[in-house]
Amino acid sequence: MLPKVGRMLAIACALSSTAAAAPQRHPAPAGMTLVGPGVYEPLYAASPAERTVSVSAFLLDRKPVTNAEFLGFVRRDPRWRRDQVKRLLADEGYLKHWAAADRLGNGVRAASPVTGVSWFAAKAFCVERGARLPTEREWELAALASETGADGSQDARWLARILSFYSKPASLPLRDVGTARPNFWGIHDMHGLIWEWVYDFGASLIAADSREKGDAEQNRFCGASGADSRDPGDYAAFMRVAFRSSLQASFTTARLGFRCAADAKVPS
Amino acid sequence: MTLAQTTCMSRHVINALKTSALVLSSITFACQDLPNRNAVRLHLAPPMTAAPADATSGVSDAPVLAKLTSPPNVPPATNRTKPARVVVNLTVKELVLPMADGTQYTYWTFGGTVPGSFIRVRQGDLVEFHLQNDATSTMPHNIDLHAVTGPGGGAAASFTAPGHASTFSFKALNAGLFVYHCATAPVPLHVANGMYGMILVEPPEGLAPVEREYYVMEGDFYTKGKYHDKGLQPFDMQKGIEARPTYVVFNGAEGSLLGDKALKANVGDTVRIFFGVGGPNLTSSFHVIGEIFDKVHFEGGSSFQDNVQTTLVPAGGSTIVEFKVQVPGDYPLVDHSLFRAFNQGAVGMLNVKGPEDKLIYSGKQQDLLAKQELSPKETALAEALVVGDLTTEQRIAAGRGLFASNCAACHQATGLGLPGTIPPLAGSDYLAKNDKERVLGVVLNGLTGQIKVNGNTFNSVMPPWNHLSNDDLANIMSYVFNSWGNSHGVVSPAEIAKVRPGGAI
Repeated sequence: MLPKVGRMLAIACALSSTAAAAPQRHPAPAGMTLVGPGVYEPLYAASPAERTVSVSAFLLDRKPVTNAEFLGFVRRDPRWRRDQVKRLLADEGYLKHWAAADRLGNGVRAASPVTGVSWFAAKAFCVERGARLPTEREWELAALASETGADGSQDARWLARILSFYSKPASLPLRDVGTARPNFWGIHDMHGLIWEWVYDFGASLIAADSREKGDAEQNRFCGASGADSRDPGDYAAFMRVAFRSSLQASFTTARLGFRCAADAKVPS
Repeated sequence: MTLAQTTCMSRHVINALKTSALVLSSITFACQDLPNRNAVRLHLAPPMTAAPADATSGVSDAPVLAKLTSPPNVPPATNRTKPARVVVNLTVKELVLPMADGTQYTYWTFGGTVPGSFIRVRQGDLVEFHLQNDATSTMPHNIDLHAVTGPGGGAAASFTAPGHASTFSFKALNAGLFVYHCATAPVPLHVANGMYGMILVEPPEGLAPVEREYYVMEGDFYTKGKYHDKGLQPFDMQKGIEARPTYVVFNGAEGSLLGDKALKANVGDTVRIFFGVGGPNLTSSFHVIGEIFDKVHFEGGSSFQDNVQTTLVPAGGSTIVEFKVQVPGDYPLVDHSLFRAFNQGAVGMLNVKGPEDKLIYSGKQQDLLAKQELSPKETALAEALVVGDLTTEQRIAAGRGLFASNCAACHQATGLGLPGTIPPLAGSDYLAKNDKERVLGVVLNGLTGQIKVNGNTFNSVMPPWNHLSNDDLANIMSYVFNSWGNSHGVVSPAEIAKVRPGGAI
């Protein structure tokens, strides 16, 4: 339900920035591409006066981080090996699907997205690359795009396709990253493969301090949860918000991975 | 738990020994409703009860592990004379299970079944609830038990990420049969995927013993394909919003109470059915054909009505029906909104065995209908269907519908695929130059990696379709091999069976 002006702005900016990107900007870190700037309407507005959110242009990994890439990181920084990581930073499920602390084994595809990683570990991986985790707003702006437009939120067929991903059995082995069609920004796998960490995951549903998790707003749990939302029909957005708010920073799950982001710096 | 509540509970226990559940529940209400519990405490005598001396909880310290059962079974009565601390361990699992013959659905379940495990406790019990979300789950989940007095019914306290577990406790203040369900956003989707079950809170005097107790819940399901379309069916949100279910079934799937799985009883037994409606949308007109409910605890509460034919059960509500079976035979359980029973799956069966009683029911005394005869053509067609020996034309015709529901989402109804992503089947040189076994192998085993079709390179993933039967796959492939200009001959179920890994299904 993005206002028409907002949608136009997102598309117009995207076109102009793509056209003018090469001479004005630092080269993007390998594997990243420019997203935004854009405006979108989050599922839950921060206040009635803040129905829309503006996101500055930023750089985002085209694909989620793979097992092979994360293995390289763990080998360079053994503090993040599963047998050396501090329990405070990653729970018992951390990289459990790998054959060993420094080896994927035959059952794990190198080019599949890495999962079973905590927020702390994902953040450390990105920092090592001189990058960071995307904010929830950045991630949602990138995920708003369909394969053909910056804003797929009015495209009923696109929304239905996103929702159909959730009807697949959870036990399917994860496919390789980047094998599905990219979206408008040239980004792969924003939907249909894994959940992804965002920097401020704890801001979903609840107060900004994730230590207040136990006090999650009651009216967003039961049937009432549709009442104050942007669009009670956007089930996939509800699932993302619900998923993020079920997490703590040390948690890992079998379908939770990440990708990195960076600021799009413009030289003065 | 305040001391005032404890005092209230203790009085219940005493009263329970000499009063009916009806009176008891009204006292419970009065106690809960008192505006100032501390004030009450001052005017009440100290608890005089044989109940345990734990001053803070009013229950015994030794925990009891709740025995949970899968539908249609019900755990035995608690047979306890006093409240206890009861531990419930329930694990949420997301599973692909059959919804009908040849049709699968990705269910989200409490304990691996739809409805979820049956929980049985006693009024006054302190229930320590451990909700685990299986590591293979995609979604976070929680539980809202209608038996809980407290905000959200436990939903916020039990909100759990995949691979994690949560614990919370509640006091079972009110007796009755209560629905529980997942209350994670989007709630209707979690319920539509099967996340509901029931918890029985027995009144202190328990329920009268009967020969048979069963657990049945009705639910409405919304699939992209039509009723009986084959394959793994995704959820259809629009149908859900419009309350146009594809399936309305008992215990999560068509046929879950039919054939070998029918409910059983003997002549002379009293049957008690704990019946609930998970929804998410429909209410049920619950009826057992050929029986009259002797007793209905309507809405799962403490009062009952005698001699009921059909009882209305709300979504997120329940009923306890009891009836004595006196005549052997088959007694269908239905939702008496009859299109649901006839066209959407809402039928179960109770088989009653034992001696006939012609005074109660005579059976048919005269048959006045003439025998129906089939035309020779109808007979031939019926025989062909029985032996599975279809003509090429019949296979292609049957394959058209199966292709539409299983393959067309990617390969398109035109067989042209999607440029750059999904290879075409129409006029495909891949089909022409590879032998039949290899092509059938791709359908059964899936295909990952780069292939070239009609000069274009594709690098996508085709999942395996081995959940379809040999017959369905033979029909689909016969259709593909003889459509859009293709001409590669017919495929028989035997050819599929030969290629299928691990043999036939």
